[in-house]
Amino acid sequence: MSPPLERRDFLRAAALCGTAGALGGIASLSGCAVPDGSGDTTGMLRIGMAGGSTSDSLDPRTYVDWMPINIGYQLMNGLVEIDDQGRAVPELLESWEPQGDARVWTFTLRQGIVFHNGKSLTPEDVIYSLNLHRGHTPSAAQAVVENIVGLRKLDARRIEITLQGADAELPATLSDYRLLVVPDGFADWAHPIGTGAYTLEVFEPGVRCITRKVGGYWKPNAGHVEAIQVLGIGDAIARTNALISGQVDVINRIDGRTADLLRRNSRFQVIRSQTGQYAVFAMNCEAEPYAKADIRLALKYAIDRERLLKTLLNGYGMVGNDQPIPPNNPYFATDLARHAYDPDQARHHLRNAGREGLEVTLEVSDAAFFGALDAAILYQAAAKEAGITLNVRRRPADGYWSAVWMQAPFCGSYSDGRTTVDAAFAKAYKSTSASNETRWHRPEFDRLANLARGELDPARRRELYGVCQHMICDDGGALIPLFMDHIEAGSDKVRGWKPSAIYDLMGQRIGERVWLA
Amino acid sequence: MAGVTRLIAARVGMGLVTLVVISALLFFATDLLPGDVAAALLGPQATPEALATIRATLSLGDPAGMRYVHWLVGVLHGDFGRSLATGRSVVTVLLPRFANTLALAGLAALVSVPLALGLGLAAAMRPGGRLDRLVSTLCLVTISVPEFFIGYLLILIFSVQLGWLPSLAVLSGGMSFVQRLGAVTLPVITLVLVVLAHMLRMTRAALLSVMAAPYIETALLKGLRRRTVVLRHALPNAAAPIIAVIALNLGYLVVGVVVVEVVFVYPGAGQLMVDAVGKRDLPLVQACGLAFATTYVILNLIADVVAILVNPRLRAA
Amino acid sequence: MSAARGPSPESRPSGASRGWLRFAASGAPLVALILAAAALAPWVAPYGEAQFVGGVWDPPNLQHWLGTDNLGRDMFTRLLFGARNTVTLAALATVLAFGLGVTLGFCAAAVGGWVDALVSRAIEILLSVPVLISALMVLSVLGNSLPVLIATIGLLESTRVYTIARAVARGIVVREFVAAARLRGEGLAWVLVREILPNALAPLAAEGGLRFSFIFLFVASLSFLGLGIQPPAADWGSMVRENAQAINFGLAAPLYPATAIALLTIGVNRLVDHYLAAEARP
Repeated sequence: MSPPLERRDFLRAAALCGTAGALGGIASLSGCAVPDGSGDTTGMLRIGMAGGSTSDSLDPRTYVDWMPINIGYQLMNGLVEIDDQGRAVPELLESWEPQGDARVWTFTLRQGIVFHNGKSLTPEDVIYSLNLHRGHTPSAAQAVVENIVGLRKLDARRIEITLQGADAELPATLSDYRLLVVPDGFADWAHPIGTGAYTLEVFEPGVRCITRKVGGYWKPNAGHVEAIQVLGIGDAIARTNALISGQVDVINRIDGRTADLLRRNSRFQVIRSQTGQYAVFAMNCEAEPYAKADIRLALKYAIDRERLLKTLLNGYGMVGNDQPIPPNNPYFATDLARHAYDPDQARHHLRNAGREGLEVTLEVSDAAFFGALDAAILYQAAAKEAGITLNVRRRPADGYWSAVWMQAPFCGSYSDGRTTVDAAFAKAYKSTSASNETRWHRPEFDRLANLARGELDPARRRELYGVCQHMICDDGGALIPLFMDHIEAGSDKVRGWKPSAIYDLMGQRIGERVWLA
Repeated sequence: MAGVTRLIAARVGMGLVTLVVISALLFFATDLLPGDVAAALLGPQATPEALATIRATLSLGDPAGMRYVHWLVGVLHGDFGRSLATGRSVVTVLLPRFANTLALAGLAALVSVPLALGLGLAAAMRPGGRLDRLVSTLCLVTISVPEFFIGYLLILIFSVQLGWLPSLAVLSGGMSFVQRLGAVTLPVITLVLVVLAHMLRMTRAALLSVMAAPYIETALLKGLRRRTVVLRHALPNAAAPIIAVIALNLGYLVVGVVVVEVVFVYPGAGQLMVDAVGKRDLPLVQACGLAFATTYVILNLIADVVAILVNPRLRAA
Repeated sequence: MSAARGPSPESRPSGASRGWLRFAASGAPLVALILAAAALAPWVAPYGEAQFVGGVWDPPNLQHWLGTDNLGRDMFTRLLFGARNTVTLAALATVLAFGLGVTLGFCAAAVGGWVDALVSRAIEILLSVPVLISALMVLSVLGNSLPVLIATIGLLESTRVYTIARAVARGIVVREFVAAARLRGEGLAWVLVREILPNALAPLAAEGGLRFSFIFLFVASLSFLGLGIQPPAADWGSMVRENAQAINFGLAAPLYPATAIALLTIGVNRLVDHYLAAEARP
């Protein structure tokens, strides 16, 4: 029998704990989050996007994922933009001029542009901003600007860039999303100052960002909405639900089936961009058995690309042909050999290599690309018909890019579309590339690609790039089954929204482009 | 009460040791994972130069033991260090997120614990009865469904179809208290459904087990009302496992709800720790671990104290 | 008054027909059905586990009784193989978790003192780390084989079992009959098995039934991280996740594996209830 005293103690203690817990909970709810002016939401564009993380920073040297890039373009401008046809058009630069052989370029800056802090834009600002990515820098854009050996101011309006290797498409190269312009000597990345249409109001990395219009934006026909809120929503279903329940106006990265679902509803619009983003199963050409060209071809013929396109992407993409230039690119070589699903052809190549009944292991994770695991499973079933035993090994998404990519001899990977063909080749196919995931070294390819880069005559360049594509397609270690469309969706109140040639959300410049009806 | 005070003092002392051990464990375990913060930040964009620059800035070349001791010395001076990924102070990053987590856990506990105790008691009073069978089956269904699926279903019904509640639980400064409550309603319901079953079934099982004892039968035969017998005679003896289950589930509500945070986009400490581990951001990982460990130390202490208060025989133990 | 006894081992349901009714409601048929599915899957399943037979999320029809899944495989076949893949894994891990957790918990409660303090603090440390992160760390270092998986899940879940077992045992250890046994000179093991265990059965059994379900779902969470069961092997929890999106399109696909898990959970826990009720009957 328990004496009443003990029970009173117990009840008192329980009541105390319960009340403390509840009060603590309520107090936390009332007190958390930084106070801000987001009470006023008229004319606010609300974006819910994937691609944010709690470790994000607004320093352009650290831009690896989409949320900071999107915010960066709200606050700052780049030198060059890519229009929706894929052409390089001036942004902070007004015009450019190659000297002779495209090894030296003269750039003229726009006049009368002012930073948020009142300072006028000068060549020193541009030089400082580019130098952030040169030399000893944590910026991965170093690979983009490493061709620049000389950078100097010519006068109050012009700068001169000297390259090591000629580049006929330098302006397009300079449109990289990390090459944003800040005032000379600027380093306070918690409060970035730029020439963009908006200034930073609230930034909770990976969670939420609010920017507000300053007025007097130099770019005509841009910067319409009063404010922009970007929410980081990593889960695809959560993103879709947020749009349907009206909590956001714009979402990115939806899959093909959700796109069809939203299309059927007149409250929403679906925007589809073909930017050259591709999925790849990379074979290490220096490892057995992938070192033999016949084995590589056998594996390329053993995958059912059409089925992958239908099942994984619901048709929102293009069949890839084992080289990185997409069919909608002006330099695409239309006479490439088609690697359609052909088990007999695969067996033929296996016989040539003397490896019938081949067994290989493909290592993947959904970190490699969206649906990579499913793609591998479908590949496994298709390869069986060709007598190939494809083991699928699922690796953790955590640490995938350190432990699996560039380590495992056959693994999944992806690449975003690039603004120039040379950039696409430089990323993973030239011998000098740091991300040459297939370890494919062909000096002849390097020579032709670099020659084409400096070639000012478009017809001759086209010819050279055609040969390069053939080389990768026939001989390379990259099995590229699909080019994946970027699909984004939003409320029909968002106007002026168009597909983009690179990245998604209008090249991540959606904030300054659209307006609300 | 001297025994209880001694217990509390001893546990606080041991708690500090626990915190040091946890910080060391997390440090060396995260360090053992493949890759480091430089590789994690750059991902597929990594170039050797960028990697080297980041590593040099963060002194990642120093041996692990030295880096840990540095951190420990800093903590003893009250400095929990800066996030390796962003350079921001760890405390400013963690505190608001941990507060969010505690708020969510507190609300879920406020609803689920009384419900579990009440329904468990009611079910145990008439075992095999209609209420008992109904409640048992509902419990079993809710624990079979993965938490993210419960979340999706709730969002589908209440946000998408009915439009009553928001699907995102993102809180911002300008919101009123009622708005905040509305934003967290669905995640709270999800969590309640997840933890209710465990506490309820344990309450029921513990009570039924105690009620099978002869002295209960004697009390009933003596003419005492069933409710009195259950509350005054059975419950105190059945309290031990019930308290343990409640403590376990309260701990889960603070430490284990990442999936719910992801589904509802709730900025809590669970997602922060997962991100920090993914980025190999050691100071942040350790700070999260310390916050969670402190929670469990306090919860276990409270559980043991309450157990003693309820069952005075435990005082001697 | 005599000291509280453990459950009488002689109890038996009264009346043959009531016995059959009780058996039917006990959950044993459900569990037996699922075990049979698990055992006979390769022979009973209409298609292969990894065979692609139709479009994405085809509705149920005569060829595919439950329709197809998110890649076009037969849902019914995947359910059968899912039973096979996960039930064994979960059962073994539960047995390990229980064996370890109960033994340690009882010892800590019976011995008390610094042994209790040490073990409880160690368990506290393990509990403080979110379970997915602990699993990630262990499995990333030790690899992903089946024994490692079972051992990891068993170890991590045993911490929860320990907490409950210790609490239950502490309540029993302070009762008169245990003190009497100790005074008689009975050893620790005897006390644990003959005095504590019989009186702790009800809460432990309830915990066991639930713990099995939690472990079952934990396997799916690990799978999501890339640890655990390798594709294309089916696993009910992962099937819910893979097909979850179909809910937004008004399709029932994820409900099939979810219902399967619910039926297994109900069956196992009903079995536990039935056993407890039978034991408790005087």
